[in-house]
Amino acid sequence: MSETTTEISVEALRRGDRAEFARMVEAYSGPIHRLALKMLAHPQDAEDVLQNTFLKALQHIRGFEGRSSLSTWLYRIAANEALMLIRRQRPETPLADLGPDADDNEDFAPANLSDWCCLPEQELLTSESRARLDQAIRRLPEKLRIVFLLRDIEGLSIAETGQTLDLSETAVKTRLLRARLRLRDDLGAYYGERLGERKK
Amino acid sequence: MSEHDHSQCRSLLASLSDYVDGTLGDELCADIERHVSECRDCRVVVDTLRKTIYLYHETAAENASVPEVVRERLYRALNLEDYLA
Repeated sequence: MSETTTEISVEALRRGDRAEFARMVEAYSGPIHRLALKMLAHPQDAEDVLQNTFLKALQHIRGFEGRSSLSTWLYRIAANEALMLIRRQRPETPLADLGPDADDNEDFAPANLSDWCCLPEQELLTSESRARLDQAIRRLPEKLRIVFLLRDIEGLSIAETGQTLDLSETAVKTRLLRARLRLRDDLGAYYGERLGERKK
Repeated sequence: MSEHDHSQCRSLLASLSDYVDGTLGDELCADIERHVSECRDCRVVVDTLRKTIYLYHETAAENASVPEVVRERLYRALNLEDYLA
């Protein structure tokens, strides 16, 4: 989400300027919806998170102090909404699974060593492959998934991702690495099969 | 991983994200490149990790628009119908 191109006036938002709020919704609803959809997978859940994010933003905009950027603030609301929804839907999820650094000592050595990089681009990005990319994200534990989505899909910096999730930069980097390695392993299993089929 | 001292592969792994993001210091970068040139398994991990991130970046931009009906319901929920273009 680039604020340099949209130039939303936080001052106008704080004054309750509806036109400016509508501009903010227009600028940021796409990325927030994408984040929610990839975090939750179900379109209705994603829509609920989208609506709740902007309803909360509307409710709290006067208290927004600008300590973080507007986009980071919105992502923070959306991430909390999505994680709360997951908690409500799966109350049996151990708190540690959503909490900080429970698996810091987890062994994350790469398992898949097939060299699928040589597959042609059109084969790497078929509609089936794209569905597999999304599926691999959904298989990540929530706390790795949200870090990966903010950093690698939404393009936030390590520092912004940390601000959004109240995590240290070290924790963000650790989770990002784990998420990326798990996705690499997951995709390796899929593309490795494609590679095997080509060699037959 | 393969027939050499695996302890170096382990330490390489910790710096891998910074390496593929181009944010790792020169000295560590050189260490990784030296190691990867001699270790086939680590080279595969680095290459496929880079490709994994590339594929997600490629597809990220394609999903940024909100379906029109969802957008309309959002504007209504926020009492912003008059700004629906």
